[in-house]
Amino acid sequence: MKSRASVIGGVAAIAATFVVFVIPFLFIILMAFKDRQQSALRDFSWPNGFHLWDNVVQVVQTRNWMMVTAFINSTLITVASVTLLIVLAAMVGFVLARRKTRYNGLIEFLILAGLMIPPAVVPTIWLLQGLKLFGTLHGMVLIQVAYNLPFSIILYRAFIATIPRELDEAAVIDGARPLDVFFRVILPLLWPVTVTNIVVQSVGIFNDFTNPLYYLPGNQNATVQLTLYNFQSQFNTAYNLLFTNILLITIPPLIVFMFFNRQIVAGMTAGAVKG
Amino acid sequence: MAVSSIAGVSDVAAANRPMRSRSPYPGWFFLPAAIIYSVLFLAPTFASLYFSLTRWTLFDSTFIGLDNFVQFFREPFLVQGLVNTVIYAVVTSSLKVVIGMLLAVMLTSQIMARGYLRSVIFFPVLVSTVGVGITFTVLMHPTAGAINQGLALIGIKGPGWLVDPKLALYSVALVDVWKGVGLATVIYIAGLVAIPRDYYEAARIDGATPLQNFFYVTLPLCRPATATVITLSFIGGLRTFDLIWAMTKGGPGFASDTVASVIYKQYQAGFYGLSTAGNVVLFILIAVLVVPLTMFLNRKQGHE
Repeated sequence: MKSRASVIGGVAAIAATFVVFVIPFLFIILMAFKDRQQSALRDFSWPNGFHLWDNVVQVVQTRNWMMVTAFINSTLITVASVTLLIVLAAMVGFVLARRKTRYNGLIEFLILAGLMIPPAVVPTIWLLQGLKLFGTLHGMVLIQVAYNLPFSIILYRAFIATIPRELDEAAVIDGARPLDVFFRVILPLLWPVTVTNIVVQSVGIFNDFTNPLYYLPGNQNATVQLTLYNFQSQFNTAYNLLFTNILLITIPPLIVFMFFNRQIVAGMTAGAVKG
Repeated sequence: MAVSSIAGVSDVAAANRPMRSRSPYPGWFFLPAAIIYSVLFLAPTFASLYFSLTRWTLFDSTFIGLDNFVQFFREPFLVQGLVNTVIYAVVTSSLKVVIGMLLAVMLTSQIMARGYLRSVIFFPVLVSTVGVGITFTVLMHPTAGAINQGLALIGIKGPGWLVDPKLALYSVALVDVWKGVGLATVIYIAGLVAIPRDYYEAARIDGATPLQNFFYVTLPLCRPATATVITLSFIGGLRTFDLIWAMTKGGPGFASDTVASVIYKQYQAGFYGLSTAGNVVLFILIAVLVVPLTMFLNRKQGHE
């Protein structure tokens, strides 16, 4: 056996990935534990005391508790848009997978276009202003739904194609109306792909920086990513607070990662094998 | 326009069906999604084609023909943004393909601590891009940054990662690879696992070396995964904005500007027509580069 070579290879791999991938996160944590003076050195020294709690309190209180507002805003946007995305994308995916019409080609083209084309920013702002949606949370929700629909539809359509048609037919024979067929029979069966959708889209929308930057200006509307960006200029002499902020906004994705690792990977690699 | 076409689609289709009221697949299921998508995505995209030809204040617009585009291809710093975008997309996607594939081969072999390695490599994909950008901006500081201090310990004088105009774009691209290579890796792992073991069995009987195994079995058979990784990261690279903005804001000077950061800068400066022209340029750039690329990748696949 080549066990010795593979042990050496394994240790080397662990050491290399530790340096490249783990140390930056250790750096964030160390910096968040330091006080202002020590953090100004920006090195890997051990914190001279436990300052994490003070830093957290300071970050949270900055600019009139902006961080709290931001967490509430980000949570509201994420929950609302993911809910809408799931219902709307599952409806489209269901009919798209079941009914073959000559318009399916057009719809698939629109889905691919949505995945590729970068949104036209200023015309969107102009339109949102016309609709009185610019700078509002519900406007932001609708934008996130519009931009992320194509990906969710693709996930749903692929999964629905694996559910036998006989199921819908049986439900219809039993007298179910179309809405019942979908919401009572099909939607519950989609649970695995729904979980994948929830996880992947929540992480994406929670971490989104560009769209809130354009469509959601104003301090009362700040999202979590925007606070970090705003604090970057405000805290540029207080690295301990800046990194405490980074640490705080890394916690939600970390929790999601620990519980839903499998679903995330499933969602993000969907379609990769079949090509 | 687009709204009516999609709504029309479903109405016509529903009317053509004899069991209209009984169909368990009602066409109006498309409607809510179609309205949101058309109003907030398609309509602005079509509007951008017109507004890119105007001088625009959001309240009124003056038609000026192709002036915005002429400016886009004449101003040196705007041209540089265009070139940078292509460089960035090529560098990030090729590095992600090579490193992602090597990591995936390593992670599907009998290596120890596979779970740990997979998690550690994948986790940055889920972390906030702005957070990653700020962290690496601090780590890449030319004198106080931990990277250059670490290099100094082993006697190497580190470069000015983000302050050297020749290097800034590549430094950001490197961080992009750091953050995104985990996604390429898991896509490759899915592709590698799907290769039937028989091929390796046959290669073993023919006496193939591990290197031959890789080049004649693994590489051709995971081409769908390669196509996905290239397409995804190439489009992502062309559209990239948040990492550039968090790390260099396009600087020093215009050295690391991309089309997306130019769009934002022109928007901030109030040049809405020019900003929209940038959007159209980016759209054309993606169409011109990605459509042939995917066709090429798929043609090769059919050839196998």
